[in-house]
This record gives sequence, structure tokens and C-alpha cells, in this order.
Amino acid sequence: MKLWLVVLAAALGTYALRVSFVTLFGRVDDVPPRVKRVLAFVPPAVLAALVLPELVLYGDGLSVSLSNDRLIAGLIAAGVAWKTEDMLATVVVGMLALYALSLVP
Amino acid sequence: MTDRRDFLAGAWDSVPTLPANVPFGFVAGAAAVQAGFSDLQAVAMSALIFGGASQLAAIDLLGSGAPLAIVVLTAVVVNLRYVMYSAAIAPYFRDFKSKWRLFASQFIVDTTFAIAVTEYERDPETDRLAYWLGVCATIYVGYVLGTAAGVVVGDAVPDGLQLDFAVPLLFLALLVPSITDEATGVAAAVGGFVAVAAAGLPMNVGIVVAALLGITAGAVADFAEVGR
Repeated sequence: MKLWLVVLAAALGTYALRVSFVTLFGRVDDVPPRVKRVLAFVPPAVLAALVLPELVLYGDGLSVSLSNDRLIAGLIAAGVAWKTEDMLATVVVGMLALYALSLVP
Repeated sequence: MTDRRDFLAGAWDSVPTLPANVPFGFVAGAAAVQAGFSDLQAVAMSALIFGGASQLAAIDLLGSGAPLAIVVLTAVVVNLRYVMYSAAIAPYFRDFKSKWRLFASQFIVDTTFAIAVTEYERDPETDRLAYWLGVCATIYVGYVLGTAAGVVVGDAVPDGLQLDFAVPLLFLALLVPSITDEATGVAAAVGGFVAVAAAGLPMNVGIVVAALLGITAGAVADFAEVGR
């Protein structure tokens, strides 16, 4: 029951975000440039907040060293993302890097 | 007939997203079931929320016993970027009948948005609704089927494969191109470092706080840049 509540509330909240400007657009002429500019900061801020802890937190603590396989694999994948901007290449190279590093004792 | 061709073109143009999109659904389905969701709940989660990042963040928080309000708030904050897509795609949806506009909005995600807007810019003659529905058919169906597969066989995937790591990698693939200048770089740096520093905060408010501070920092940096 509790889980249904989470699913439905998150779905409704997310739908409200998606539909926001699509329905507003008939009423306001254009999205104010200021608002547009601030919205451009949402993806980098949110995505970085999701990614960085996954790379540098290990167990209960911070682990920033060459022995942290996920950090190294993530850095390699970031390089691929920067060079190619290809989602699939980024994921595949990152996973292969993780496997390769786990073979290094 | 041109509607039909544009629908098929949209569906076909979206096929290259499947190798990343289907496993994303798979991971979301497997993670949900492992966290105690029923099979139906896990598939419904993907079908209704249709936002992998927010689903995984919510599942993660549920697992660590966060209050439900924080779980929902985090999911919604992670999806805040859809407001940006909503604003950017709104002009293209303007001519749809209002019920189609309401329906089409449910499928706004990073990939559907990016593919559709690219096509709308390229060819103004495209039937926008037909094309959009084609794009969404491929991506939405692929994602939900991926989730169903994750629900069914998720437990059978050996832990050694570390499939959960595919998720931050996918976010990384979206994050890197979103950093286009100094201000967006500041937003990412602040968002990332605050999320790490705030990982131990009570009630798991870390991601929400980090995202909001990152957005604010980006806006401030932008303001300073413009003022120079």
C-alpha cells in the first residue's frame, strides 16, 4: 500500500512537471528567458548530485584513491562521454573498465 | 498517409536508444523487486513515472528507510529537468488538440525530447504528433518491457556483473554534455560535492538539498558572468 502511494505520488508530481509549460504555453506568449536560463542548470546540478556519490562513496566513507575501481571507471567513462557524447559507448566502456579493474589485484 | 510515415520514421529514429534504454528499464525493474515491490508495482512504477533516475533514487531511499514524503520529493526533484524540456517543446505541441497535448506530455524524457526536437528543427513539414507518438512508442515500450524483463529475471543476474553501475554511467553520459559553460559547470560541481557531503544528512534530504544548491549556484555564477 505504502509503495503504491509512493509510485502514484511520484508519477503525479512528475506528470505535473512535464505538462507544466505545455499547457501554460497557450496563455503566456513565451517562456521568459530568465526562467529558461535557470532551468538550464537543472540537469547538471541534479545529474552530478546523482553521479558523484556513486563514484566516491564506498560503504560508509569517502574513497578517493586509485584503489576505488568505480571512481577510475567513472573517470574513464566521463572521458568517453566528453569525446563521443554517445550514451551507449559511455556505458559500455565504463562497464568494461570496471570489469578490467576488478581483475587487477 | 504521411502521418503513418512520420510515425514510422519516429519509431525507427529511436531504435539507437534501445541498447541503453532497455537495460535501464531492466535495472529499474530488478532493483524494485529486490527492494520489495510486487511484480505489478515494479512495472507500474516504470509505466507511470517513466523516469529511471527518479525511480532508482526513490528505490534507494526506500531501502534506507527514508520518510515517504522525502522519497517522493526526491523523485520529483530528480525529474525537475522535465520542466525544462516541457518549456522547450511547448511551441511544437501548440497545435495539438488539448487532449493530445495532455497525453503527449507524459512521455517527455531526455531521449524522446532530444530526438523529436532534432527532427522538428530539421524538417518543419513533419507531422509532429505522429512523429512524437512514433518516438514514444519505441522508447516507452522498450523501457517498460525492459522493466518487465528485469522483474522476471533480475534475481538471476549474478552480482559479479555489477549491473547497478550502468546507472551512474548513464547519468554521466547525460551529465557531461549538459555542462556547456562556466555557470553550468558551477551548477554541476556544487550539486555533486554537496551530494557527497550531505550523504549522511538525516531523512536522506541530501539529493534534494544538493540539487537545489547546485541550481542556485549556477544561477548566481551566471548572474556574475553577465554582470562582468
